[in-house]
Amino acid sequence: MTEHTSIRGTVWFRALTGQSSPMPGDPKSVLTADALLGDDHARFLCVVPDPHARFPCARHGEVGLEEGYTLATRVREIIEQDKNTVKRPIIAIVDSKNQAYGRREETAGIFLACAAAIDAYGSARLAGHPVIALVVGQAISGVPLTHGYQANRILAFDDDGVVIHAMHKAAAARITRRSVEELEKLAKKIAPMSYDIRDYAKLGLLYKLLHVENPEKPSQQEIRNVQGELVAAVADARRGPVDLRSRLESKGALEMRKASILVRTKMEAQWLEK
Amino acid sequence: MEQIEFNYPAKRKVPKRAHVGVVGSGDLEILLEPAEGEIAHVMIRTSVDGFRDTWKAVLDRFFTKYDGAVRIQINDAGGTPGNVQLRLEQAVEASER
Amino acid sequence: MSDQSYGANFINRQSFIELDARERAKALFDAGTSRELLGPFDRVESPWLPMQGVTPQEDDGCVVMKGKIGGQAAVVVALEGAFQGGSLGEVSGGKMAAALDLARVDNEKGIPTSAVILLETGGVRLQEANLGEAAIAEIMASILVLRKHAPVICVTAGTVGCFGGMSLAAGLCSYVVMTREARLGMNGPEVIEQESGVDEFDSSDHALIWAIDGGEQRYAMGLADALVDDDTPQVADAVRRLVLQGVPPVHRSSQVALYRSRIAALDTSRQWDPRELRALWTTNGSKEEKR
Repeated sequence: MTEHTSIRGTVWFRALTGQSSPMPGDPKSVLTADALLGDDHARFLCVVPDPHARFPCARHGEVGLEEGYTLATRVREIIEQDKNTVKRPIIAIVDSKNQAYGRREETAGIFLACAAAIDAYGSARLAGHPVIALVVGQAISGVPLTHGYQANRILAFDDDGVVIHAMHKAAAARITRRSVEELEKLAKKIAPMSYDIRDYAKLGLLYKLLHVENPEKPSQQEIRNVQGELVAAVADARRGPVDLRSRLESKGALEMRKASILVRTKMEAQWLEK
Repeated sequence: MEQIEFNYPAKRKVPKRAHVGVVGSGDLEILLEPAEGEIAHVMIRTSVDGFRDTWKAVLDRFFTKYDGAVRIQINDAGGTPGNVQLRLEQAVEASER
Repeated sequence: MSDQSYGANFINRQSFIELDARERAKALFDAGTSRELLGPFDRVESPWLPMQGVTPQEDDGCVVMKGKIGGQAAVVVALEGAFQGGSLGEVSGGKMAAALDLARVDNEKGIPTSAVILLETGGVRLQEANLGEAAIAEIMASILVLRKHAPVICVTAGTVGCFGGMSLAAGLCSYVVMTREARLGMNGPEVIEQESGVDEFDSSDHALIWAIDGGEQRYAMGLADALVDDDTPQVADAVRRLVLQGVPPVHRSSQVALYRSRIAALDTSRQWDPRELRALWTTNGSKEEKR
């Protein structure tokens, strides 16, 4: 088990919005605020630890039942409010070590709670909202899928505290019947398996890797720089299509996702035959 | 993962290609395709190393009865000789239907 | 039903679970209308598995077929549960996303085209980790667009069930079809036991697993739309009916206020008997409808 305390989410939420609270009626584990970002009023969202959360398995910043449905609610609120007007940016700040692992969660259908958030983020993007994910810490397993991967653009810090992956090292080693050392060795030569964010950046999924000296105590200048990067990402998203094709057209994709591109080309050709 | 290849003399033209099996634990998939010339070429990829002799024995026996000119590709995840034999027979049957 | 006819029905049933992915996909189409895309002979396999000594499969464990269901155009994408646990890698995930996108394009051209995804999977293929996860995100994006035009139908029959990131994709689908043997849940019992302890979830307790994740429970609590026997004609009938039913007025994953209030009403101070949620959440559990 990691010692990670998931404080970066709160730090960056406060830094970018000047606020650090949930909306009235929401659980304390989901921070939502509307704040100026460049010329836009953007909605910021973040999942953070709540030691007094109602669900015992969701007290350390995990994405659980309440978090999934709350994210979905606050994103849908923006879609509804902006129905006939300018589509505001939606910024997902991500630092969450995993989804909630609990019996209550499975019984009450946590898969649907996460799907609800995915539906909301994806629908916002399709409606024309620039959806940006800023990974400031961990984004593992169900977390990035639920809170981040439906974004138009994904940004991340480039330090060792930032990990985007499908599963924690110990669990991944156990499930694939290898030692952690063997897994780390493999990860060095197989980029998609790596736990290093700089290797992740090679896959062509990230819009940009940002450098911050100390992500847990950013300077005012660094905060302004990150804001500037988010503004640029919003503008870039607005210039492009609302789908996720940029992840297959990037420089990294051309290098590291050749098979994905081949699949699309070949399948389209065969689909149109006869 | 080990890659093993064998060639056998062959005469008969084979009507069509066939695919059988799944690369599941203890199982294998076989892709059988008609080939030009008078050779049957077998290419095996297996995740269980060190059984070249066993593969040769199974295939030698198979090709005493089979004379199709084919390219056979096998992707194996630990099939027993009996399982390999069965899948080869299924592939042949499917290619002759 | 008498014992005699039950026995005859059981013997005559054609198990869907015993079919491999290719056979399952084919069985859903109107006879003679299906053809496979990117089949084994196209040899588009995983570039990553051979690098780590794992034998690849030529279709990467994902079968894509195009044809007609109930006279309407449809694409079926079936995951092979026996290959790497049906897990999503770069190629298998890419095939599913590409097929869903091509179906969407046909809808936009005026050809109503549904999608049926057969999910026997534990989720992301860890040997391809971040590319498997990225592919799942793209599948989700594709489902969201396609389901506006035509139904996206998830079928989970067992034995693998539908877990991990793909359970979230199932949650986005227009309809979910399950057998009693199937399971649908985000985290497998072993993972919960490992992460939260055996008191939270004893993964050796099979009755508990099916009580929570099993098809009958998911159907009875309203998270699945059809419960079928392990019988191929029944599965095909259920799929055909849902294809012809069309897009639902509201997708389950969009019913946020409803589910948020249901979660808020739960007494979290204790574990629940899963059956408590049947009465609370729906009428599907009040009588067992055979579809």
